[in-house]
Amino acid sequence: MANENSTNETHHLRNITVIWLILSVIVDLLFWFLVGPHVPPGTMTSSAKGNQFDFTFLCLMALPVLIGVWVYMGYAIRIWSAKRPGAEEPMTGPNARTNKTAQVSWIVITSVAVLFLAGFGTVELVISQGSGGGEGPNPIWTPPGATKAEAAALTPKASWSANSNQVLTVQVIAQQWKFTYRYPQFGGFETTQLVLPANTNIAFNVTSLDVIHSFWAYQLDVKADANPQQNDVAFTQTKQLGSFTVRCSELCGIWHGTMFNSGKVVSEAAFMSWAQSTEQANAQNTADLPPFAWTYVPDANGAAGGYYTDGNVTPYSTVEIYGSKQSAP
Amino acid sequence: MSMRGRLATVIGLFLVAVALAGWGVVSFIRPGVPGGVMDFTQGHAAGQPVDLTAQTVGAIGFGPHPTWVSYLVKDPSTGKWVQDTTWKLPANSVIDMTILQYDSGSPLRNQEWGQVQGTIGGTATLNGTSYSAYNSNTGTGVGHTFTVPALGLSVPLIGVNSSDSVCGSAPCMTSSPHNTITFSFKTPGPGSYSWQCFVPCGLGYLFGNGGPMSTLNYMGGQLEVVQ
Ligand SMILES: [Cu+2]
Ligand SMILES: [Cu+2]
Repeated sequence: MANENSTNETHHLRNITVIWLILSVIVDLLFWFLVGPHVPPGTMTSSAKGNQFDFTFLCLMALPVLIGVWVYMGYAIRIWSAKRPGAEEPMTGPNARTNKTAQVSWIVITSVAVLFLAGFGTVELVISQGSGGGEGPNPIWTPPGATKAEAAALTPKASWSANSNQVLTVQVIAQQWKFTYRYPQFGGFETTQLVLPANTNIAFNVTSLDVIHSFWAYQLDVKADANPQQNDVAFTQTKQLGSFTVRCSELCGIWHGTMFNSGKVVSEAAFMSWAQSTEQANAQNTADLPPFAWTYVPDANGAAGGYYTDGNVTPYSTVEIYGSKQSAP
Repeated sequence: MSMRGRLATVIGLFLVAVALAGWGVVSFIRPGVPGGVMDFTQGHAAGQPVDLTAQTVGAIGFGPHPTWVSYLVKDPSTGKWVQDTTWKLPANSVIDMTILQYDSGSPLRNQEWGQVQGTIGGTATLNGTSYSAYNSNTGTGVGHTFTVPALGLSVPLIGVNSSDSVCGSAPCMTSSPHNTITFSFKTPGPGSYSWQCFVPCGLGYLFGNGGPMSTLNYMGGQLEVVQ
């Protein structure tokens, strides 16, 4: 009797395993080839590409788990249905418990899967640019040449040229309710447009002049909090030409919903000519801008008076306007 | 208390909390004054430019927040000044704008807004003199800006000398010291485009961006562009 039962169970287990394996391979292959290339956020930058791979990989891992559950359910409904002629009596009571093989394999399989994914996630966060290690006030991961470019950005002689493999420093300044962008390697001009050269390492330096905002360029896979008095750095490498959307992703007041703009990735030559002509066109205003710095002290007084907890209005102070130069972090 | 009594109390208190929260949200987002829509499309012939005249004042002088700064717009049919920041404009048309700036100015938080952007010709005029950028750290500073972020349009409105007898309540008349700023821009296709001032002029509010900066009909509104 016991012998017959165990033969039957092995037989079921083998059937389920074979069905699961075949279906999993088919579905994973279909997903990899048909869905994979369309998984967000696309492949506009190296970090977007890395993110797309991570999403795809996690789906490839999750699909067999889903299929395992469905195959087991389908198998049980079909084979162990009480309506089926000659169906076995279900095993109940103590006989159904303490199956050591089932318990050990359950614990081992789930532990291995979860620990592997935790390791995978951690490694991907630390190594890849744009998220995790490559972001924040002190990124632990920087692309080659980035530290040098960032240091040079604070000096008046900072420059960038096409096809030179130089890191482009772009400062993102958030303000209620619009992002503006400064290009320190082009005389520090400021503009409301975000244009980037292709195949270039970009160092986004994100800060705010008032409340907390968040710079989110979804297709670039770049998202960095914009905090007043803080420079949040995010690196990415542009890969494809095209346009992308920038949104503020931190509720920041009445016009938060309108705090978006579209940017574009253009060829290095096209970027060069855009940057040079904008530098020229904005020269008059650039002369009035404060020297390039990582953060700026906003006019804490507002236009004509400030908010203080005692309710007193404090007059405008010349040292506390946007532009008082801050030391690099 | 009986089970039913306790349940009734809990539900009752819950409804009161929901009502309070709802009231709070509604009173926060409700415009400060019952504004309407100023229609600039009536009688507009295709291809013709539209004249739009507005003024900015240091204190509106009436309504629920008499001390707040505000924009006012001249009703094209009656010529009366109205506190209304939702303007209905014809699509793909040139808007000739005149803004009478009665308020004083200060340095900008971000000098980027000292640059004239997105106007026809990239310039505006200040009392008849053309300008394309204004250094807000000099002179009388910038009082407000007229900025439509989605259109890339922004014009700094240069403040009047604060030692002059600045107009104290709206509507201000041209006998008070003022700067006349004119510029033209082209409306895009139909849509709703928000506009705002980029000078944190909400006196007494956090970062100067609360109060009039966060309330319709004061320092921001909508351009309702229609076909
Ligand atoms: Cu924001
Ligand atoms: Cu204002």
